[in-house]
Amino acid sequence: MSKIYINGISSVSPQSEDIYENEIPQTYNENILPAINIDYKSLIKPMMLRRMSKAVKMGLYCSKKALQEAGIADPGAILVGTGQGCMQDTEKFMSNMLESEEGLLSPTSFIQSTHNTVAGQIALDLKCKGHNMTFTQNSASFETALLDTVLLFEDEQVQNILVGGVDETSEEFTGFQKLDGQIKEASINNLDLFASGTSGTIISESAAFFTLSSEKNDSTYAEFKDVQIINKVEKSDLISKIEEFLSRNKLRLADIDAVILGRNGDSRFDHYYEDLQQGLFAEKCQVGFKHLVGDNNSVSSYAFWLASKILKEKRISQIFKLNAVNCNAPRNILIYNQYLGRNHGLILLQSH
Amino acid sequence: MRGVAVTGMGLVSAIGNNIVEAHTSLKNGKEGISLPEILKTGLKDLPVGEIKLSNSDISNILQLPDDHSYTRAALIGTLAIKELLSNSGFDNFPEDTGFISGTSIGGIDKTEEHFHNYKDHPEYRKYIQAQHPGFTTEKIAEYFGLKEVVTTISTACSSSANAIMMGARMIESGKLKRVIVGGSDCLTKFTLNGFNSLKILSDQKSKPFDNDRNGLNLGEAAAYIMLEARELIGDKKILGRVSGFGNANDAFHQTASSENGEGAYLAISQAIKKAKLSASEIDFINAHGTGTRNNDLSESVALKRIFGDTVPDFSSTKAFTGHTLGAAGAVEAIFSLLAIQNAEIYPNLNFNSEMAETGLVPVTEFQKKEIRTVLSNSFGFGGNCTSLIFQKDE
Repeated sequence: MSKIYINGISSVSPQSEDIYENEIPQTYNENILPAINIDYKSLIKPMMLRRMSKAVKMGLYCSKKALQEAGIADPGAILVGTGQGCMQDTEKFMSNMLESEEGLLSPTSFIQSTHNTVAGQIALDLKCKGHNMTFTQNSASFETALLDTVLLFEDEQVQNILVGGVDETSEEFTGFQKLDGQIKEASINNLDLFASGTSGTIISESAAFFTLSSEKNDSTYAEFKDVQIINKVEKSDLISKIEEFLSRNKLRLADIDAVILGRNGDSRFDHYYEDLQQGLFAEKCQVGFKHLVGDNNSVSSYAFWLASKILKEKRISQIFKLNAVNCNAPRNILIYNQYLGRNHGLILLQSH
Repeated sequence: MRGVAVTGMGLVSAIGNNIVEAHTSLKNGKEGISLPEILKTGLKDLPVGEIKLSNSDISNILQLPDDHSYTRAALIGTLAIKELLSNSGFDNFPEDTGFISGTSIGGIDKTEEHFHNYKDHPEYRKYIQAQHPGFTTEKIAEYFGLKEVVTTISTACSSSANAIMMGARMIESGKLKRVIVGGSDCLTKFTLNGFNSLKILSDQKSKPFDNDRNGLNLGEAAAYIMLEARELIGDKKILGRVSGFGNANDAFHQTASSENGEGAYLAISQAIKKAKLSASEIDFINAHGTGTRNNDLSESVALKRIFGDTVPDFSSTKAFTGHTLGAAGAVEAIFSLLAIQNAEIYPNLNFNSEMAETGLVPVTEFQKKEIRTVLSNSFGFGGNCTSLIFQKDE
């Protein structure tokens, strides 16, 4: 199989993309974080924008940016991970249906409610007729899209693949996540997330898309090496899973320079990360991101964006660091994420 | 022998709670279309393909605890895989078995049931996470102790066809040695009202490929097959092989198919190429054939583009089961495998007159005929088009 290079990246999240350089965070004092306002009009026609839900807007915008950066007009495939899909339109259609007691309904929100609306709309906009897939496995959704990326490159049918993760929030459905304890009860400041000591997390909307290519070019950020998903793992077995993953990529633990961890401040499940931070990864530069961009089912795509930045810039922006270990010229980065103790994902990136 | 071996299967649909029942129905032309009884909906006059088992019936069969949080799609999915387990040669699935499930709507049945209850009734909050497709997949995985690669594809009506494709590619690449693939979707008010708002539901039994077709009937089903790598098979019976697959996007409209059937044409072409076949080697086509004006015309045009004036025998089985959305690709994969194993063609019901535009006539009576190669089509919203090719193991 050819190597897989990350040649274009783009993210929309509760933070500006400039945060990596200027280290000025947006702070929030509520537990549901919106993505910051973006000039969507710069890339999407206003008439189209009016009809689009947030997930479609964010996904299409990031797709165009990531393709532009890589200098690609028509990727061979479009792969999207979204754990919760187009919730806003789903909620709209469901509310109308329940309120009207199954009365006369407009089909518009139903049409846009399917999980593959984002991938379909990107294909429609780009007139891309290639392989088009949508993965919806909770916090392993983006990771599954990466898995499909590897399979497609192994097949050597395509040279460029657009892959991304996107999740939006919606008023009622996201609100339900407060009721079942997924979202913290008391409002916190996002920068205090890791010290909160309470159950639940802060939920956000975000998107991050990437142009992955079999050839490197001037814009190449890094090489995407491998991905693994594990639905359920005993904490005692997690270390051996990580070691197996590294050894299958012919790496030893010592080769890993930095780890990006999906800590989300949930006192019930952060021990998965804390044990690694104090044990296996104690000597590694540890990086977090959910104190800045919150948590959602495809936010590991933001970690992928972050790892790409780190490997291109060859330094780790202070604002993301979880410990004092320094890392000059990072070469191998491991991303580990899970949600509610399920759907664990491992992603490996390497400088090119 | 090319292709990935199929070594087990399980199916629950409106024409039977297991494969033997479904097979009998197919042979006897006995469809499963009725008015909704289990689904509580105001749209009482729209025919559907409903599984006549209530959630509590299935919970009892599966011996689930009273406080379980299985969605209906998880219940029928588990029932189907229980059957697969019984004919797969395993007492329990080995731990390294992967699971890739396709679903269009996952657990939205629970959201529509409890939308107004969550606030004041904490006992229903176990279903809040159930709305999202991954939850249903995980519930099925839990029942069988599957813990490793467990994931979900949601591409509307091609979801389970895509799950089969991804599973086959995982086996080919060596990333998995054994994987359960397929899908599950149940009837919900959400989808029934949604398709009704699009005005593509028929108030009669659907008539795929008929000139006077006037829409589809929704259905519900769960269908799964097991794929295994060559080195694991030993003397196991191989039910057939997945030898070709292709996915393409129509890139035409969010819900409507293009007039020239471009997405379908590309998907079928890729599948035939992948299987290293020529079009003339396809013995039978299990068409997507939903019974809508738009799909059946677009699909017919695509078939004529591929096969010219010699379109092979084809039929749509949607008039038997209803359109089971995300499960349809896997349901029809099993029908394709049954056709291969038993040398049979199952009829396209309710057909009277050919479409004026294409003149294509499907097979309308049950037939005995040797079938070595089947093309199965599944097309979905978002322009998603998938074609699979199943071949006899020989």
